[in-house]
Amino acid sequence: MDRMDRPLTQNIQADRPFATLSDYLKTGGYQGLAHAINNLQPKEVQQWVRDAGLRGRGGAGFNTGLKWSLVPMPEPNDTGRNPAHYLVVNGDEMEPGTFKDRLLLEKDPHQLIEGIVIAAYAIQARTAYIFLRGEYHLAAERLIHALEEARAQGYVGEHILDSDFSLQIHLHTSAGRYICGEESALLNALEGKRATPRPKPPFAVVSGLWGKPTVVNNVETLCNVPHILHYGVDWYRSLGRGADKGTKLFGASGRVRRPGLWELPMGTPIREIIEDHAGGMRDGYQLRGFLPGGASTDFLLPEHLDVPMEYDAVAKAGSRMGTGTLIVLDDQTCPVQMVLNLEQFFAQESCGWCTPCRDGLPWTVTLLKDIIEGRGRLEDLDTLSRLTRMLGPGNTFCALAPGAMEPLQSALKYFRADFERYIIRDKTILETG
Amino acid sequence: MLERINKPFAGLSPAEIDEIHAEMSHYENKSAVAIEALKIVQKHRGWVSDACLVAVAELLDTSPAQLEGVATFYNLIYRQPVGRTVIHVCNSVTCWMLGADQVRESLCRHLNVDLGEMSEDGEYTILPIVCLGACDHAPVAMVGDQLIMDLAEHAVQQIFGE
Repeated sequence: MDRMDRPLTQNIQADRPFATLSDYLKTGGYQGLAHAINNLQPKEVQQWVRDAGLRGRGGAGFNTGLKWSLVPMPEPNDTGRNPAHYLVVNGDEMEPGTFKDRLLLEKDPHQLIEGIVIAAYAIQARTAYIFLRGEYHLAAERLIHALEEARAQGYVGEHILDSDFSLQIHLHTSAGRYICGEESALLNALEGKRATPRPKPPFAVVSGLWGKPTVVNNVETLCNVPHILHYGVDWYRSLGRGADKGTKLFGASGRVRRPGLWELPMGTPIREIIEDHAGGMRDGYQLRGFLPGGASTDFLLPEHLDVPMEYDAVAKAGSRMGTGTLIVLDDQTCPVQMVLNLEQFFAQESCGWCTPCRDGLPWTVTLLKDIIEGRGRLEDLDTLSRLTRMLGPGNTFCALAPGAMEPLQSALKYFRADFERYIIRDKTILETG
Repeated sequence: MLERINKPFAGLSPAEIDEIHAEMSHYENKSAVAIEALKIVQKHRGWVSDACLVAVAELLDTSPAQLEGVATFYNLIYRQPVGRTVIHVCNSVTCWMLGADQVRESLCRHLNVDLGEMSEDGEYTILPIVCLGACDHAPVAMVGDQLIMDLAEHAVQQIFGE
């Protein structure tokens, strides 16, 4: 594939550990930034990214340029001595089954830095934080080095590219907990607090870090931005195969022949990802289903293989594209046990702030264990169904518990017989005893 | 006065205090440095003792109770002693599917420890961790700062070189 067909990974090459600054510059690096700062007003940059159709790659899929436009802009005569608001990069990748941002962070750190500077210019933020999960040590090392290079070359710091725009970028390495990936919990963590989510509204774009307007963007989202500014809106829109624009990192893990990550056009059918790129199932295994975009997305079945990977199409099929990294369920892995593993994760990672999540997730785990260990009753399945509603959207402070319910509700729908087999089998043994 | 200033920090080394002060330049206020400060202490000592927690709280003008709430929230802050190298074994979905339980069991058996315990020589502690973002090479573990991948077959050899 031509490198212009895969802008995000064009600098990632097997024969070198990562793209250095000079590697990055050779393929047009920092030219998007130069174009933005020299030729465009901040509002125009927002409009470009909005028109390009870039949607948040962290999972929610909100139009990025639109998000930026919600930030109250400083007065034109504000010299920026008082930092008015913030850009925060969400590099807290911790959704089970997701391994896309680590690649971008480790292999091409300047691409992210350029994206950060352009985004900060667009919203006129003078301070940016990169919130990086604590376990990503190699990414931290490469980012620290790349930030030093970028400062030395005038891409970051005072009077960027001799303009009036200045930006400081700070790196915060976190200390664990999945909930930090939730935008408002992340801001609490950045303020040195427990990472509990905040009530919304107000949204971060109005009142975020230290009460100031704050845009939080995912790593992959920001990595798209330099290319939109460098090659233009029309080029970017031409990359998508369907309703959504641009490319995306898609991945597959589980018992496929070649687990991995590939940059493909938005709208690539799931079948192509699993069968062509991942090489299909390993010998002796059949495809039973998959979670299309991480642990907090609903199961889909082989009958959904022709659904294109784009936000609305996957939603229409009954799930979410989420992070775009597929977790494949084979015919020899028990879906009930898989759901137990997922719910144990969510129960453990609940911040405990609101009751449905704090109490409901451990209850879910207990019921699943009872079923698997032979203490289950058929009524437990109704209780589990009720929990999926009680912990669903609108009943909790944030999206953690509703996300946790997605694989459970779809497993109850598609793999009900597997649940029942645990319950009925044990009953039969008892009766024939 | 001098005693009041010196005494609470007595538990922290000048290097730790300098590093914590350096972090403060990146944030709007002192209390925002809480997590960095705890990580700095842990880098120097392996874990965060009660005495260090109180000293950090004093340094940041916050209460020990407040800071304890932060310290115990984050799983990468250790409030009890751990081995010189912590082995974090991923237990999330893809690793679980591809043999994480067996990896964890073989490592625990090799060191003769349960999860959370320190090996007899003080060298290792094994802890579970959520998805490490390397699912295409599951099962994986993080040994110290190092990500070790594809552990299904020979986890003990790959990690302990034996």
